[in-house]
Amino acid sequence: MGKEMRIVLRNADKIDPNSIDDYIKAGGYRALEKALGMERKALIEEVKKANLRGRGGAGFNAGMKWSFVPPAEVTYVVCNLDEGEPGTYKDRTIVQKDPHTLLEGMAICGHAINSQKGYIYCRGEYPYVVEHLNRAIDQARRKGVLGNFDIEVRMGGGAYVCGEETALIESIEGHRGEPRFKPPFPGVAGLWAEPTVVNNVETFANLPEILNRGSEWFKAIGAASYPGTKVLTLTGDVVNRVAIEVPTDTTIRQVIYEFGGGIRNGKKFKAVQIGGTSGGFIPESLLDTPIDFDSMRGIGATLGTGAVLVMDETRDIVDIVTRIAKFFEHESCGKCNPCREGTFRNFEIMTKINRGMAAVQDVEKMSLLCKVMQKACLCGLGQAAPGPIVTTLQHFRHEYERKLLA
Amino acid sequence: MVTLTVNGKQIQAPKGSTILEACRLNGIEVPTLCYDPDLRLAGSCRMCLVEVKGRPLFLASCVAPAENGMVVETESTDIVEARRVVLELLAARHDFNCQTCEKNGDCKFQDYCYQYGVKESRFTDGGRHVYPIDDPNPFIERDYNKCVMCTRCVRACEDITNARAINVENRGHKAKIATAFDGDLADSPCVFCGQCVMVCPVGALTSKVSAGKGRAYEVEKVVTTCTYCGTGCTLELNVKDNKVVGVTSNRSEEYSPVNKGALCVKGRFGWDFIHSSDRLTTPLIKENGEFREASWDEALDLVATRLQAIKEDSGPDSMAVFTSARITNEENYLAQKFTRAVLGTNNVDHCARL
Repeated sequence: MGKEMRIVLRNADKIDPNSIDDYIKAGGYRALEKALGMERKALIEEVKKANLRGRGGAGFNAGMKWSFVPPAEVTYVVCNLDEGEPGTYKDRTIVQKDPHTLLEGMAICGHAINSQKGYIYCRGEYPYVVEHLNRAIDQARRKGVLGNFDIEVRMGGGAYVCGEETALIESIEGHRGEPRFKPPFPGVAGLWAEPTVVNNVETFANLPEILNRGSEWFKAIGAASYPGTKVLTLTGDVVNRVAIEVPTDTTIRQVIYEFGGGIRNGKKFKAVQIGGTSGGFIPESLLDTPIDFDSMRGIGATLGTGAVLVMDETRDIVDIVTRIAKFFEHESCGKCNPCREGTFRNFEIMTKINRGMAAVQDVEKMSLLCKVMQKACLCGLGQAAPGPIVTTLQHFRHEYERKLLA
Repeated sequence: MVTLTVNGKQIQAPKGSTILEACRLNGIEVPTLCYDPDLRLAGSCRMCLVEVKGRPLFLASCVAPAENGMVVETESTDIVEARRVVLELLAARHDFNCQTCEKNGDCKFQDYCYQYGVKESRFTDGGRHVYPIDDPNPFIERDYNKCVMCTRCVRACEDITNARAINVENRGHKAKIATAFDGDLADSPCVFCGQCVMVCPVGALTSKVSAGKGRAYEVEKVVTTCTYCGTGCTLELNVKDNKVVGVTSNRSEEYSPVNKGALCVKGRFGWDFIHSSDRLTTPLIKENGEFREASWDEALDLVATRLQAIKEDSGPDSMAVFTSARITNEENYLAQKFTRAVLGTNNVDHCARL
């Protein structure tokens, strides 16, 4: 197995995650202390310089996001631990193995935007993580390490769309989980209309080491435009179904063969879907692409959450994409027309194709629908939902054609 | 002011305008279903999408701020294609029975299907909902087979009336406007004000009281003041063949300064008394236990004589005047003036104090 580089998982399996003393002994909360001694502007500048880009999927410069927060009496730090992308378990892994690195990261952000209150929005299917986090928060409170910053855990109800930052905010507020239109962005008007920074667990978890070792150190790791490491979760027909943390200039081939140990049962590779259910399907010919955000975008795929679903030669692409279409049909919140109706029709047409009852006109109709959805839907869910269909039509069209009526 | 280019033409709009506002201010029409300037914005129908140079996604013009130097296309090939797809997706779930629909000729969905030439939908393999039309209330017909999910009714219920009787239930394609637990309106906090009917752009919410009595293009709208209470709401009597067949409201501040179109259940739905055969049209005087018709002069003379007699026999404090919220403030003022100055007593009260 290839050698990982661990930043966010630096303490994983080395310390007792239930012990704040262990975390402190390993150098924990020193970065927060350092941050508290810095001017807010300088702190934001340092994070911006590190070019730490959001690890939840959108890849936006975290320091830049913080810098949009206007001076206000009340501001909030929100951590997105909704982790609803099928095949993704990186945030759970980070929090279970080292909860304090998240708390420390949130408190650093809290100082940067002058916030006294943080929320962790935890996926509804992770009740044990809520307990685990509350224990850690309790320890941090009693030790007084968070200063005047406090953190509360809120639990989701199982809706995929609540991983979208504005739907997540609506959910914390007690409303139906539906995305808001942007602008205004949460940085200006977020939770209860106050300026709010929403970042992913992995983004926050990077902060302590960036502060400890400096932005120059971080910037030099991995791909230049998306520096640092990325935690990837390997699933599917790969030998090692594990979470790994690798520099962002690692190629997909290295991920699958060096870290993943290759394809199970000596079979051949067919495709890999990266970034979660909405991620693009990647064929053999593109496996030498580095996993960083921009390189992935360059091949029409996404890094997304870093889920890596490997499919061997026996897998039926059309059947898999039909199941994915069903997932989006189920998870669309129903707010905007193209997503509510489009995800339903995509599933309908994919089912027809998968059953061998569709003609080429159905594929054309679906392609048009996908093209419109990608540009017309209100939030990332609807814009990304057609991704698997579009990329498989591009790279695996023969699998569709095999199932079409003559 | 901001200056932007729309469809090749330079236009100006006040700073803070949305692209839609800037367009409409300059006479450029952009189609909308969910947009309602009186309600919290949703940005969800995606009909008002426009293309902005340099932006990878289409922008919903109703919520996108107009910025200096923006280059906007409102009817480009891609935009028209996207709008057609949105309309076709809605058409696939719409119960097209325009021939009997109350909103025929006054329906935004019908207008846009016409405008963009959507005769049929390519997405009609199945999956059309068939919702029962069975809410037993006497005022509001709820036909969700025609609903376009713009949520204007939900927002009107919350923003204008504050009743919060309805919201969206379920997710995705199963999403539907419903009361809590999808019951009848009568079992919800609904007050039957009909603001939802007022804002519905299609035939999903209509007045049961006006059903079958005439379409928007057949009626003459007579602007008047509601007679039910002293608030003085403006309403429009919908008149067809010299008969009132419905009430609608005009939301412009100029016509409707008091209520901006909002009405209550009485004003919007309680007009069927107008042509009732039971209605009194002339004063009646009771003689020997029987009523007979009389002129106003005769009736008023009788009342004046009797009041005078009571005042002389028993003193002014033997009388009291009780006024009603159904008359205006000015009339109530006159009533107390009459009580004090003419009858000579301070015994005056009003039903609103009960």
